[in-house]
Amino acid sequence: MSAIEKDNSPTEPGWSPLDPITTMGSSIYNAIQGLGDFGRFLGSILHWCFRGPTRMGWRDMMTQMYEMGTRSIPVVMLTGAFIGAVLAIEAYPQFQALGFASRLGSVVVVSVVKQIGPVLTAVMLAGRVGGAMTAELGTMKVTEQVDALRAMAADPIRTLAVPRFLACVLMTPVLTVFSDIIGAIGGWLIAVKVEGVNNYHFWHYASQATDLFTINTGLIKSFFFGVAIASIACYKGFRSGSGAQGVGRACTESFVASFVVILVMNFFLATMLNNIYNIYWPSQAPLF
Amino acid sequence: MLDPVCKAADERMPEGAAIIRFENVSKRFGPLVVFNNLSLDIPADETLVVMGPSGVGKSVLLKLIVGLLRPDSGEIYFHGCRIDTLSEGELEPIRKRFGFLFQMGALFDSMTVGENVSFPLRQQGIRSDAHIRDVVHEKLSVVGLEGIEQKMPGDLSGGQRKRVALARAIAMNPEVVLYDEPTTGLDPIRSDVINELILKLKEELKVTGIVVTHDMTSAFKVADHIVMLLDGKIIARGTSDEIRTCKDERVCRFIHGRASEEDLKALHRM
Repeated sequence: MSAIEKDNSPTEPGWSPLDPITTMGSSIYNAIQGLGDFGRFLGSILHWCFRGPTRMGWRDMMTQMYEMGTRSIPVVMLTGAFIGAVLAIEAYPQFQALGFASRLGSVVVVSVVKQIGPVLTAVMLAGRVGGAMTAELGTMKVTEQVDALRAMAADPIRTLAVPRFLACVLMTPVLTVFSDIIGAIGGWLIAVKVEGVNNYHFWHYASQATDLFTINTGLIKSFFFGVAIASIACYKGFRSGSGAQGVGRACTESFVASFVVILVMNFFLATMLNNIYNIYWPSQAPLF
Repeated sequence: MLDPVCKAADERMPEGAAIIRFENVSKRFGPLVVFNNLSLDIPADETLVVMGPSGVGKSVLLKLIVGLLRPDSGEIYFHGCRIDTLSEGELEPIRKRFGFLFQMGALFDSMTVGENVSFPLRQQGIRSDAHIRDVVHEKLSVVGLEGIEQKMPGDLSGGQRKRVALARAIAMNPEVVLYDEPTTGLDPIRSDVINELILKLKEELKVTGIVVTHDMTSAFKVADHIVMLLDGKIIARGTSDEIRTCKDERVCRFIHGRASEEDLKALHRM
């Protein structure tokens, strides 16, 4: 170290052994404050959802449903098809070795409908729709459009966030259904057309394993994923920093937060829904 | 609910009475002190021009009036009713009485020009499409932009965006219009049209105007009173003539656009 370089050792004047504790305390305080702020924001969205969007809000909601739903179908179906196909490719040798290749349909379809379909669709939407939502609202904030709404006595949450929130919450389960169907077909293509599994057995075991509760499990999850994606994306957009850098950072934070929340939420929802299944149908433990 | 005092304030103010009043208002952003115990009376039915160097807090002043920002201390009154402590919901009826022309226009990108201008009308619950169409056409004609209802804001030039924003600000014939740099980015002729519009709104509709501007030609033309802000305080206040003949060196330099020796020091070092 040269003589003129600054010495950053703990003995430097001004450094206190309490500094790391202060930093940690400050981080915890900010995290709790952020969580509280998000809670209030989500509460405000839910409040306006029950009051209903404005007349313009309903129209905006339809536009958002088209943007989020219809325009996401190709990408969601494409990823769904390949995930179903990969599942079949990976599972076939294992099941073949055990002599259960005919049961491949149940594994592929249940995995897709219950776990992979909802999670993958939600992750795709967090990237495609959540990012766009954060960028749009963040840009509106930095160009004073949000202030203009407030100045005209319009509540920005009711006018901007509620239509996007409702559209996302409604369209996520719909897109999940598309992903599920195409995922099952992707698995079927590999299992039946490539590996030679019997077509009747594939669909027979698939339908036997996929009961109404399994389908509902996937849809309930996707509903909550939709809530998470839309609320996080809108929150990050409204709290975006100034300038292009602020909006860019908000988009990144929005995707990362949504991704983590989706995975954590998936774990807790899976646990909760399996427990509910075990309570109501104790003799029939879910297959997966 | 709105304070009953505020409801009673619907009656017109006596001529010359303050429609908006700042009492010892202080506002800071982190270490930056914008206002320090600022007191200001804004008379009804007049046009007040607020001038001062960039970053002195002129736009902040406008945002404080409609509650987009809150003061750190002090009080703000509208028609004698204290408004700086009202919630967002309680501020709604107050905000409906204002028109706000933002510095960059703040047009909604996802809406057409027609939808932008009609936004405050729909926000106030007007349902008749024919009436809304007529008002939009009339306001766009006033700013010299008739026939562009279907265009998107992204297709307009900076000056056109500013004029559409002005049409939106006056769509509801508000009682008070806040103009944040109304002539910036406009050619001299169009600037004069906007000046005439501000005068017309005041004379015919008794609109109170608060104009933030650096354009001295515009300021002297539209102002009944001018205030100059510097270092968080008002350093000069008077009619156009009084400001024009003001002896304060800081005011003289500003209105004649002359840099001080201090401002030029950095240039001399080059």
